[in-house]
Amino acid sequence: MITIKGLTKKFDDLEVLKGIDLEVEKGKVVVVIGPSGSGKTTLLRCINILETPTSGSITISNSQLDFSKTVPKKRISAFRSLTGMVFQSYNLFPHKTALENVMEGPVIVKKESSANASRKAEQLLSKVGLGDKLHYYPFQLSGGQQQRVGIARALAMEPKVMLFDEPTSALDPELVGDVLKAMKDLASEGMTMVVVSHEMRFAREAADEVIFMDRGIIIERGAPEQIFSTPKEERTQQFLQMIQ
Amino acid sequence: MKTVLMQISLKIGLVKMYLNSIFTNPERLERLTNIAESSLLPLLKGAIFYTIPLTLISFALGLTLAILTALARLSGIKPLEIIARIYVSAIRGTPLLVQLFIIFYGLPTVGITIDPFPSAVIGFSLNVGAYASEIIRAAIQSIPKGQWEAGYSIGMNYQQALKRIILPQASRVSIPPLSNTFISLVKDTSLASMILVTEMFRKAQEIAATNYEFLLLYTQAALIYWVICFILSIVQGRIERRLDRYVSK
Repeated sequence: MITIKGLTKKFDDLEVLKGIDLEVEKGKVVVVIGPSGSGKTTLLRCINILETPTSGSITISNSQLDFSKTVPKKRISAFRSLTGMVFQSYNLFPHKTALENVMEGPVIVKKESSANASRKAEQLLSKVGLGDKLHYYPFQLSGGQQQRVGIARALAMEPKVMLFDEPTSALDPELVGDVLKAMKDLASEGMTMVVVSHEMRFAREAADEVIFMDRGIIIERGAPEQIFSTPKEERTQQFLQMIQ
Repeated sequence: MKTVLMQISLKIGLVKMYLNSIFTNPERLERLTNIAESSLLPLLKGAIFYTIPLTLISFALGLTLAILTALARLSGIKPLEIIARIYVSAIRGTPLLVQLFIIFYGLPTVGITIDPFPSAVIGFSLNVGAYASEIIRAAIQSIPKGQWEAGYSIGMNYQQALKRIILPQASRVSIPPLSNTFISLVKDTSLASMILVTEMFRKAQEIAATNYEFLLLYTQAALIYWVICFILSIVQGRIERRLDRYVSK
C-alpha cells in the first residue's frame, strides 16, 4: 500500500530524514517510535506532504510522487487525499460543530450533497462513540472526544491510509482509552495505519510491526513482541529502558 | 497671566449671555427652535442620501481591497508584497483630506475628471483598504498554522482553506478593530464636504451660512453623527456576541 524509497528531508542545513526506506502492506498497522527529534513526525508529515520531502519517492496505492523533480500542486492535493491525518493537537475547526467538522471535507472538497455528507458524518461520529455530541462545538468537548472527532473527520474523506501523529500525547491519561479503542476498531476493520505513538499497549495489541527511528534513520523494525522484549540494537534498548 | 484670566472670564460671560438670551428671551428661543426643526430634515437627508451610502459603499470596497492587500502581503510573492507595502505606506503616510484634494481637484489637470461623490468613494475606499489590511493581516496570522494543515489534510486547496477555515476565524478576531475603522469612516465622510459632496456636514454649513446659527447647526450635525455611531456600536456588540458562540467563556 505504501512504498517509501530513499526519502530525505532537509530544513535548511539540518537533515531530519536521512534516507528512509519503508513498505507498509495493505491492512497493516505500523507503529513508529523513537526519541524526540528522531524524525518520526516529519516522516508522517512527509507522507501527507504537509512537509515537502527533499528527495526520494513515495508511492501510495498506485500513485507515485518523485521528489527529485518538482511536483505540481494539483498532484499534491490528489495524493494527499489518499491519506487521512490525525494531529497531536486535534486541530478541529473551532467555528464548526462536530458534525460540521466531519462534513466539511466531503461537502467542500468532494462536492457531496450536504444531506448525504451529514448522514455519513453522523454514522462516523456514532462509530467513534460520539453519536450524542453531533452539534457540540469543539470547546464543549473533552480532549479525547475532540480527538475522536478528528479521526471521524479524516475517515470521512475515505482515505486508503490513516496517519496518526502522537494522537494521545496531549490527552489526560483517563481519556486515552477511548481514542485508542477507536483506533483499534479501525485497525481490526483492515485500515492501513501508520501511527507515531509511544502507547506500548496499543503497539502490542494492534500493531503488526514496530519501527524504531533515531536521528533520521530507521534503526530497527520488527514484530512488537520482538522489539519490546528482545531489541537487537543498543540504541533501541537504551530508548526502551528510558520510556518503560 | 492677568490678561489671560480676564479674557477667560470675558468668554465665560459671553457664554452666559448666549445661554441667557436663549432662556430669558422667548423670541430668541423660538427662532432657534424653528431653525432646529426646519434644518433637521435637510440634515437627515444629507445623512441618509450621502453620509450613510458613502460610508457603506466605501467600507465594502475598502474591505475587499483590504483582504486582497493582506493576502498580497502574506503571499510570499515578492513583487505583490512590495506593491502592497507601498500602497499601505502611501495611504497611511498622507492626510486623507490631501488625498481627496488630489483626486477631485488634482486629477482634472491630467484630464481625469471625477464627480464629487465617486471621488469621495475612491478616496475613502483606498483609505479603509490600507488601514483595514493591517488588521486583517494580523487576524489571519493569529490563526494557528494547524488550522491550515487540518484544511489541507482533508484535501482542501489554499483558496478553500482560506475561505472556509481561516477567514471565518480571522473575522471574529478582527471585528473590534474593524468596527473602529468603520466608525472613524462615518465621521471622516464629513471631509467630503470639502470636495463639494452635499453630505450632512456640508448641508449644515450651507444652512448656517444663511442664518448665522453656527453653534446650533454644527451641534445638531454632531449629535446626528453621534447617534449613527452609537447605533453602530450596538450592532458591533451583537456581531461579536454572535461570533463568540463557538468560544469557551
